[in-house]
Amino acid sequence: MTKLTLSKALNEGLRKALENDPKVLIMGEDVGKLGGVFRVTDGLQKDFGEARVVDTPLAESGIVGTAIGLALRGYRPVCEIQFDGFVFPAFDQITSQLAKMRYRSLGHLKLPVVIRIPCGGGIGAVEHHSESPEALFTHTGGLRVVACGDPADAFAMIQLAISSDDPVIFFEPKRRYWEKAEVDTAGGVAAAPPLGQAKTVVSGTDVTVLCYGPMVRTCAGAAIAASGDGRSLEVIDLRSLSPLDTETIFESVRRTGRCVVVHEAPVTGGLGAEIAARVTEECFYRLEAPVLRVGGFSTPYPPSKLEEHYLPDLDRVLDAVDRTFSY
Amino acid sequence: MTVNGAGPAASADSRRGQPESAELIQLLTPEGERVEHPDYPLEISADELKALYRDLVLVRRIDFEAIALQRQGELGIWASLLGQEAAQIGSGRALEPADMAFPTYREHGVAWCRGLDPTKLLELFRGVSHGGWDPKAHNFHLYTIVIGSQTLHATGYAMGIQRDGAVGEGGEAVIAYFGDGATSQGDVNEAFIWASVSNAPIVFFCQNNQWAISEPLERQSRVPLYLRAHGFGFPGVRVDGNDVLACLAVTRKAMQAARDGQGPTMIEAYTYRMGAHTTTDDPTRYRLAAELETWKLKDPIERVKAYLVRTEQADELFFTALDAEAAELGARIRKACLEMPDPDPLAIFENVYAEPNAMLEAERDSYAAYLESFDVEEAGR
Repeated sequence: MTKLTLSKALNEGLRKALENDPKVLIMGEDVGKLGGVFRVTDGLQKDFGEARVVDTPLAESGIVGTAIGLALRGYRPVCEIQFDGFVFPAFDQITSQLAKMRYRSLGHLKLPVVIRIPCGGGIGAVEHHSESPEALFTHTGGLRVVACGDPADAFAMIQLAISSDDPVIFFEPKRRYWEKAEVDTAGGVAAAPPLGQAKTVVSGTDVTVLCYGPMVRTCAGAAIAASGDGRSLEVIDLRSLSPLDTETIFESVRRTGRCVVVHEAPVTGGLGAEIAARVTEECFYRLEAPVLRVGGFSTPYPPSKLEEHYLPDLDRVLDAVDRTFSY
Repeated sequence: MTVNGAGPAASADSRRGQPESAELIQLLTPEGERVEHPDYPLEISADELKALYRDLVLVRRIDFEAIALQRQGELGIWASLLGQEAAQIGSGRALEPADMAFPTYREHGVAWCRGLDPTKLLELFRGVSHGGWDPKAHNFHLYTIVIGSQTLHATGYAMGIQRDGAVGEGGEAVIAYFGDGATSQGDVNEAFIWASVSNAPIVFFCQNNQWAISEPLERQSRVPLYLRAHGFGFPGVRVDGNDVLACLAVTRKAMQAARDGQGPTMIEAYTYRMGAHTTTDDPTRYRLAAELETWKLKDPIERVKAYLVRTEQADELFFTALDAEAAELGARIRKACLEMPDPDPLAIFENVYAEPNAMLEAERDSYAAYLESFDVEEAGR
C-alpha cells in the first residue's frame, strides 16, 4: 500500500495501462511535456514517447473525432478534456459518433475510447471550469459514465475503463485531486470492484445517501456528523452513473426506507431525478418519505465567490436528511 | 435584399470559386477528347477503360433503381449520386485494397468500388438498419450522416496507420469523402489541422457538387475550395470531377504520396449534383433548369462513351451487353429490397454496448414481456 493523491493514483493507473497494452494512447491538450494542467499525465510522455502520449491541437472535437479513428484502427485512446466546460465542442463527436457507432455497425465495430473529464467546482475557478455535465452523457445510450471518488478507485477505475470495449466518460473530481489515501498499486485491478458496481462507503440503517465524485467525501462527513445526532446514514458511492448499480441502490433503500441523492450538478433533469424515479418505482411500499435531491441550482454555474452557496455541503446534506424524517 | 451588407460583397465575390479562376485537371474533355497533363500521365488500356465505363453505368443504374424504389414507397429516402459518378468511380478505383475509405451518405459509387453489395445501402435508406455492414470487410467505413464528422475519424485512422509503421514502402493510406458544404464545418477544418501537423497519410476528397441542399457554393466560400489546403500546409488540387480518368490519376497520385509518407492532399472534384439533394428535396425552388442543362453537356458517362466509340475501343456488342447487365442489376437490387424483412423489435436493444448492461437488459425484458402480453391476449380470444 502507498499513500497517493487522487491525481497521482490516476497517473499510476494510466502508467499501468500504458505498460500493459501497447495499443493504449493518451491524447489531449498539454498532456505531454506539461503533464496536464492537473499533472495527471505527469512524466508519461517522457517514458512512453510522443507517439503514445500525444499533445494535440487545441480543439476538443478533433481530440474525440481522431480518437474514434484511432479506435477503429485498433487503438485504445484515452482523451483528456482539460475542463468540464470544454467538453461541449466535442459533444457532437461523443453523442452522435462515439456513442452510436457500434450500434450503427450492428456490432461489427467496438469503440474502446475513454474520455477523462476533470469535473465539479470548489476550486475558485473562472466560468466553465467548475461544471458537472454528467447527466448529458448518462442520457445518451451507448456510453458508459463513471466517476471516481477516492484515490483507490481512481487507480483501479481508470484501468478498468481503459480495458472496457465500450466508450467510457470518466469524471474526475478536480477538487479532490490533491487528497491522499492508501492505494494498493501492486495489487492490480483484480481486487477492485467491477466498473459497474457501487460501493458502500459508510454502512447505516436510517437513510440511504447516494453520491459520487466530489460528493463522496462530503457525504461521508455528513454521516459522521449525523451519528452525533443518533442518525445512521448509509453512504453509497455510485461509481457507475450509466449503467446504475440499481441492485445495490434498491437493496439499501428497502432497508432504510429513506433516500437522499447528492450531486453538484443542477437537480433539474439530473441524475438524482432519474434515481428518484427508479427508487420510487421499485421501493414504493418501503419508502417512509419521498426521495430527496441535494444538488446545484437550476442556473448557470455562479461566480466563484458564490459557489459555496451553489455546491451541496455537509449542512445541506444533513438538512435533506432531516427533511426525510419530517414525513 | 441584402443582409448586413453581405449582398454586394457576395455578389462581387461570386466570380471567385469559378473554374475559370483555377486550373482544372482534365484528361478527358466533355466531348470525349483525350488530353494529356504533364503532372498526371495516365496509361490506360481498352479493357481498363471499359471497366470504368461499366462502373459508371452500373452505379447510375443502382441510383436510378433506388430513386424508383423510394418513389414507390419502398425506401424512406435516397441521396442520389447522379452527376457525381466519375468523381466516385475515379477516386474509388484509385484505392488499393488495404486503403481505408470514409464516406458521406452519397458515396454509392465508392461503395461499389469497394465491393460492398448495393443492397446494404438500401437497408440504410429503407430503415432496416443504420448501415450495419462490416467496415473492415471492405475497408469502407459506415455512411456518416452528420456533415463532416467522418473527416476526423479518417484522420485518426490515418494516425493509427502511422503508429502501425504502415507508411512508406507498401504503405496504406486513407481517403476521406466530403462535400462543398462540409468545408464550412469545424470538424473538417480540425481534420485538416490534425492531418497537417501529424503529416498523416490521408487524402481529403471533396466533391464540390455546387450545392449544399439549397445553398450555392458562394454561401460556403469566397475562395476556390482547393486553395484552402494551402493555408493548412498541404497541397490542394482541383480536378474535373466529371472526368473519370482525371479523378483516377489525381487520386492515385495523392494516395501514393500519402502512402509514401508525404502527408495529406486535398482534392476538389469539381462536379455537379444533377439530381435533388435527396428524394425529399425540390431543387426547382432554388436553382434554374438552365444550369442543369449546361452540366448535362459535361455528363461524366457520355464523354467516356464518346471516346470509346470514336476510338473504336468498344463495339456495339459491349454496350448492349452492359445494358443487359445494368437491367439485371436493377432487377436484383429491387427484388432484394422488396424481400428485405423488417428487423425484430427487440433488435432495438442489440449492439448498444459491447459489454453486458443490466439496466438496458431490464428495459429489453420489460418490453419483451409487454409484447408477449399481446400474444397471450390473442391466444385467449
